[in-house]
Amino acid sequence: MPLPAFTLDSTDGPRAFPTGRAALLCFVKEDCPTCGLSMPLIEAAHRAFSGEVDVLIVGQDAEGNAVLVERHGMTAPVLDDSALRVSFAYDLDTVPTVILAGPTGEERTRFVGFGRDDWRHLMASLAEASGLREPAVDWDAYPESRPGCGSKSVEPGMAERLEAEASGSPLRARRIEIAAQDDEFEFMFDQGLTDGLPVVPPTPERVLRMLRGTRRDAQEVVAVVPPNMAPATTEKIAINAVMAGCRPEYLPVVIAAVEAVCTDTFNAHGVMATTMGAAPVLVVNGPVRHRIGMNMGLGVLGQGNRANATIGRALMLVLRNVGGAKPGGTERSTFGSPTKYTMAFAEWEERSPWTPLHVERGFRAEQSVVTAFGMTGGPHLIVDQTSRSARALGGSIAVGLESAAHPKAHRYGDVLLVVGPEHLNTLTRDGYTTKEQLRARVQEVTARPMADLVADDDVGGGGAPASLTSEQRARLVPKFEAPERINIVVAGADAGKWSAFFAGWTTGPGGTIPTSRIIEE
Amino acid sequence: MTLILDPTDERVPVRRSLTARPEHLRGVVGLLDISKPRGNVFLDRLEAIFGERLPEVEVRRYRKPTFTKPAPEDLRRKILEECGFVIEALAD
Repeated sequence: MPLPAFTLDSTDGPRAFPTGRAALLCFVKEDCPTCGLSMPLIEAAHRAFSGEVDVLIVGQDAEGNAVLVERHGMTAPVLDDSALRVSFAYDLDTVPTVILAGPTGEERTRFVGFGRDDWRHLMASLAEASGLREPAVDWDAYPESRPGCGSKSVEPGMAERLEAEASGSPLRARRIEIAAQDDEFEFMFDQGLTDGLPVVPPTPERVLRMLRGTRRDAQEVVAVVPPNMAPATTEKIAINAVMAGCRPEYLPVVIAAVEAVCTDTFNAHGVMATTMGAAPVLVVNGPVRHRIGMNMGLGVLGQGNRANATIGRALMLVLRNVGGAKPGGTERSTFGSPTKYTMAFAEWEERSPWTPLHVERGFRAEQSVVTAFGMTGGPHLIVDQTSRSARALGGSIAVGLESAAHPKAHRYGDVLLVVGPEHLNTLTRDGYTTKEQLRARVQEVTARPMADLVADDDVGGGGAPASLTSEQRARLVPKFEAPERINIVVAGADAGKWSAFFAGWTTGPGGTIPTSRIIEE
Repeated sequence: MTLILDPTDERVPVRRSLTARPEHLRGVVGLLDISKPRGNVFLDRLEAIFGERLPEVEVRRYRKPTFTKPAPEDLRRKILEECGFVIEALAD
């Protein structure tokens, strides 16, 4: 059987094999001393026999090839196999590997490493076959033999990668073998790959299945993940989604969530690093909610629904594993938060006459969108079982929200308010047909004279300076710096006169800004 | 054996913790030649030293087909079943 055919770029243009003449293929790499020892003989063979024999040097890295040419004054063509595809196709273990082939590519002779007798026989047989004179070589100057070095195509991890490329597999991630006697779950804990709970082993089969959930190319870089600023390819996200327990149809939501948090606006580095213990809270809107069975009703912010539980977890595992955000490293949260395991849920758009979150944020109702909030705490419950008017219930919600961070902390940034269906009924029945009305009520009720917001001997905290003019002391300051900082969604069970909220971290360019991305389906 | 794909950015090599070292050598010690040239010379010398200093320890020899690839699964299993310790020789 002939040797594999190939075409590679070389120092004098593209070169193909077989060449239609006898050919001497010499596989080398620059940092191999035995290859260096062989180079003068390869060049001598080229000068002596190039009239009849094509001497082709196949070098394994582009920069190294240039060094070889320079160092040894090579005039024989040096072919660039830095992609290692030809080395892999030839199943090389060692360089140098020297192969003499016939005009149609059939193998005649092969040797590896350096053997003085191998080269003497080769030169003699080339001379005999070509009718040309053997080059003059001082054979006594050469050692009898020298072992070769490992071919770059069999360096750790490289063989698997080349095999995947050759077979058309989309997978390129480093493969880790877990020995039969090891428990794969314990192994992944030991490697620091989990959030403290067991993860599903990301076998190539599972990752391939996960990748079927998206049309994106497996090697497309979806985002650059802080704090390590590491590229997250679709494949890396799929691996972490497998580990989190996602189904393939959840993957587009996870991808959009990764895109959303790895932005300058969301500032995942700050969110994950702050001692305040912030974490991404994901809200999903649009048709995808139904398609993948997200929970937006009973127990919406809790456990039990696979999509809600695993989408948020997959995002956190990407931040941990790809980005390197780990407690004790750049993650310095004083208390941490259960939301750092996972927090994703859907807005119950159909239950509410109000404009859903994604439409408020400029998207079309029929688009599926994920919005990421960097939140330091929650869900905090706001209990009001007695109000029968929108005004009173709006007032309750307002004073509940005022506790975010500290009751005296006004001009506050973002909050994510989850209005429960029974509270929604009370509000809408009494004329609150828009979210804006509730926002206005919150700002109205929480507007307090600045004098009430400064620290005093009884209650510290507060954001306002202690030395105020009388005019300043009287000025009313609402809880939130702007009504739109009050982000409102509707979700939860039909029974229960409660609402809940997540309190934000620092807002603005130095903090985090809620960020939305379209979910590609 | 289970094969998994690395979920990290691959900047750090995969870590494996060392097995706790015993205070005394006893039982069977495997000497694994990875097929690097002259590795056998080193292992011959080790085997001789074991014979002199620890005659109660049994030494068995093993060889990988090639140094460029991991040991085949059946060889690893054989060493695991037969030996309490293993020494690999890297040489050139």
